[in-house]
Amino acid sequence: MSTRVGVVVFPGTNCELDMVRSLGALGGDARTVWHGESDLGDLDAVVIPGGFAHGDYLRTGAIARFSPVMESVSAFAAAGGPVVGICNGFQVLTEAGLLPGALGKNEHLRFICRDVDLRVETTTTPLTHRAQVGSVLRIPVNHFEGNYVCDERTLAELRDQDRVVFRYVDNPNGSLDDIAGICSEGRNVVGLMPHPERASDAILGSADGVPLLESLLTPASVPA
Amino acid sequence: MAFVAHIDVSLKAGILDPQGGEIERALPALGYSNVSDVRVGKTIRLVVDAPDAAGAEAQVVEMCDRLLANPVIESYSVDLEPVATGSSV
Repeated sequence: MSTRVGVVVFPGTNCELDMVRSLGALGGDARTVWHGESDLGDLDAVVIPGGFAHGDYLRTGAIARFSPVMESVSAFAAAGGPVVGICNGFQVLTEAGLLPGALGKNEHLRFICRDVDLRVETTTTPLTHRAQVGSVLRIPVNHFEGNYVCDERTLAELRDQDRVVFRYVDNPNGSLDDIAGICSEGRNVVGLMPHPERASDAILGSADGVPLLESLLTPASVPA
Repeated sequence: MAFVAHIDVSLKAGILDPQGGEIERALPALGYSNVSDVRVGKTIRLVVDAPDAAGAEAQVVEMCDRLLANPVIESYSVDLEPVATGSSV
């Protein structure tokens, strides 16, 4: 049976159809979930895609955490369900307290929209278990606020617990310790700034996102 | 009683403030070469109804901690004043 993935849509989200389509092309059963829904139904995984949830008013991701769906997403994550936040979705997950730290404005105040090289740092997450540690993936970023920050204690924890999932090979935004993606203590919640769904087919310029999306579609093999 | 709260939210010291940096680099071009330490933040103004000033302030601080500021990167200060009776807010 296909893996059922819910792709959360807030007012202002704009990457949901790319995600649904790329997961579908890999054999997944993906559907959008409106932010006002509080029942996630029978899902195997949740994706919070990119965009500008609630206009990014106040701070990026700040208002989204009050949407009814987020309570269900939190409960799903607490029960060990895989939750992946991409770009604005990563910002939402930090604001919701499901991931530590915050995403600040890019160094040099530039909106960055280009392919970057991303190094896979750990494969014990639902998004990377079919990738290789140390492999470099070419995946686009598209953000103004991707500059990861956290306090020293959090950074030490992320390093010690092998929770930095991706690092930029050539840091584009000033992110602390070149961090492009992290996971939760339970490893089932993953946030990253780059967009694997936009690197899901050679015709898009890169298919390097495929191992990540395939990982998400095979949740049973996540190492404990 | 109604109180007007002026909340000043700014990036914590040590957190990169690229907007402040851009302004600091722009001002000398206008001849203001004696400017340093520019930081950009935001101001939120709201009216809160509470029995007394202490209660109002406690509530506004709670709002800051829970929503108006992100404690990971931002600090805030709250300035509270009573709304004069009969005046519009």
